[in-house]
Amino acid sequence: MQAQEPLTILIAEDSAADRLLLSTIVRRQGHEVLTAANGAEALEVFRRQTPHLVLMDAMMPVMDGFEAARQIKVLAGETLVPIIFLTSLTESEALARCLEAGGDDFLAKPYNQVILAAKIKAMDRLRRLQATVLQQRDLIAKHHDYLLNEQRVAKAVFDKVAHSGCLSAPNIRYLQSPYALFNGDLLLAAYTPAGDMHVLLGDFTGHGLPAAVGAMPLAEVFYGMTAKGYGLAETLREMNAKLKRILPVDMFCCATMLCLSFQRRTVEVWNGGMPDGYLHRIATGERLPLAARHLPLGVLSPQAFDDRTEVQAMAVGDRVFLLSDGVIDTTDADDRLFGVERLQQLFAANREPDNLFAEIEQALHAFRGEPRDDVSMVEISLLEATQVVPSTPVYSDSGQSCPLDWSVSFEFRGATLKRFNPLPYLLQLLQEVHGLRTQGGAIYSVLAELYSNALEHGVLGLDSSLKRDAAGFASYYQQRNARLEALQDGYVRVHLQVKPQGAGGCLVIRVEDSGKGFDVARVMERPLDDVRLSGRGVSLIRQLGHNASWSDEGRSACVEFFWEVKA
Amino acid sequence: MTDQHVDREVLDALREVMEDSYPDLLDTFLTDSESRLHQLQKTADAKVLAEVAHSFKGSASNMGAVRLATLCQELEADAKGKSPAEIVKLVADISSEFADVRPIYEDERQHALTH
Repeated sequence: MQAQEPLTILIAEDSAADRLLLSTIVRRQGHEVLTAANGAEALEVFRRQTPHLVLMDAMMPVMDGFEAARQIKVLAGETLVPIIFLTSLTESEALARCLEAGGDDFLAKPYNQVILAAKIKAMDRLRRLQATVLQQRDLIAKHHDYLLNEQRVAKAVFDKVAHSGCLSAPNIRYLQSPYALFNGDLLLAAYTPAGDMHVLLGDFTGHGLPAAVGAMPLAEVFYGMTAKGYGLAETLREMNAKLKRILPVDMFCCATMLCLSFQRRTVEVWNGGMPDGYLHRIATGERLPLAARHLPLGVLSPQAFDDRTEVQAMAVGDRVFLLSDGVIDTTDADDRLFGVERLQQLFAANREPDNLFAEIEQALHAFRGEPRDDVSMVEISLLEATQVVPSTPVYSDSGQSCPLDWSVSFEFRGATLKRFNPLPYLLQLLQEVHGLRTQGGAIYSVLAELYSNALEHGVLGLDSSLKRDAAGFASYYQQRNARLEALQDGYVRVHLQVKPQGAGGCLVIRVEDSGKGFDVARVMERPLDDVRLSGRGVSLIRQLGHNASWSDEGRSACVEFFWEVKA
Repeated sequence: MTDQHVDREVLDALREVMEDSYPDLLDTFLTDSESRLHQLQKTADAKVLAEVAHSFKGSASNMGAVRLATLCQELEADAKGKSPAEIVKLVADISSEFADVRPIYEDERQHALTH
């Protein structure tokens, strides 16, 4: 047992003999003694000397022990100054009064030295315990403030990174808490150069800063690659590799990523570990679940990562609905889950698709009361392609040294066709020509269409008429993946030529493939505004570019773009 | 006889604790007690009587004067309830008891000073 540390003890006792006796006893036990003969004196001495502990006689003239004790407790504030009442009161009521007045214990007369020493020791233990508690409380408060500030800073930085997206587009509706970032919830949206829309709803493991810190590199990859025209697969591959590299082993990001194409009227989906999304087809009322078929981002090595996506057809007005698990996991006062069934019930009961979002929000609120920070929902509708107006990107160079008279040819063969998407690189090349920049979207769309036709219909030999209906659609994309996996031979050639013309210039694009070709004359006969799911590619090329023509039995396609330099 | 009035063990303990200040303690007690007795004899106020008796009881018990302490307890317990005649009798008893124990403390004092 530790020896008692010396304390400064105040003895307030009006009887001189008792005061003398007690002082001597306490001094002999190793403590420093202050004395007072009444309550008022005791208060005065306490104010001046702040003793550690007080021995207080209950009955004193001028101010009695009870009142003095009350006032001393007020002066002490948060600090514990134990007060031991000295009393020869015997009735329990009187003894209880001592404790109610703020006394921590009492000592009976005649004074017993052994008991006194034991009580002083016990009270000192409590005193030191209180001091420790206050110290730790202050430390915790300081750390808490520090943490909050760190989060504030992190959020400010992240908002700068994240705001380059298009979440405010007219076809997107979303719900997200401002603190979603610190629950790991992430919602990103951006236009591709072709006018398609990439959307990502993610859910990082963990809480607080660890959950938020992975969001920044992920957002950078998402926005950077989407702007350059990279597709879903490449962007996912890069995001996975980055997270795998930088995050600790037990951290990862569940995510659903979409590419919505207004021109092709399709949605391409990749779901790694998120709850089912839903594709709502207005015409049939069907809600197709978009289930998770992959592991979350940041789990698999780049070699093992599976970037296979699913493609579904959409009609104008159809919606894709995504949600984070905060919705399903919302619990009520009895700890019951909101669950998928309730969500399905809401779907079934919904009459007006535009109200679905609000209905779900209301149902969650009614179920739980206070909103959770990790409830995120997003609904993306397919609009007419003409209603979509992506903002034009801004460039920083002056254009004095851009190339105006040049040509380049590429041949992409077998193994490369399987794993490499040349479109972003080709687009970057063409962006060097200032005059073409305002048409970046149209050029990218045309290039993408020509390339995909050359690859899918030409090299892989897929029949575009398969894409006549929703079931055929799924079958088409399954076959595409299978044949691409098995591809050994074949090529796609891309020729680009830029020449000055008048005050501006001309870009000629020619794409050739090693396939069997098609009946050009028959396809050209179709009217331009065909609304069938298949065969829209040719219309698009003819609408967006100039002088579109096919030769070599359909194996070679050629299209031109022009620009004028404004004075 | 003296053992019924004063607890010798208490005196021994006091002597051991106070060491050289033992005579001072005895002096202080005797002076205090005289003034308390005077107060008891002078006042008729029940509240004052109870307070003084209470205080006297405390010191007396600390100093080992057990009978004196008991008498003071009696006075304190029912100062209001007693008739003036009863109070006068109790105060007289207290005074008499104090007169009996006083020589014992004076002896102690003498003894401590000379040894």
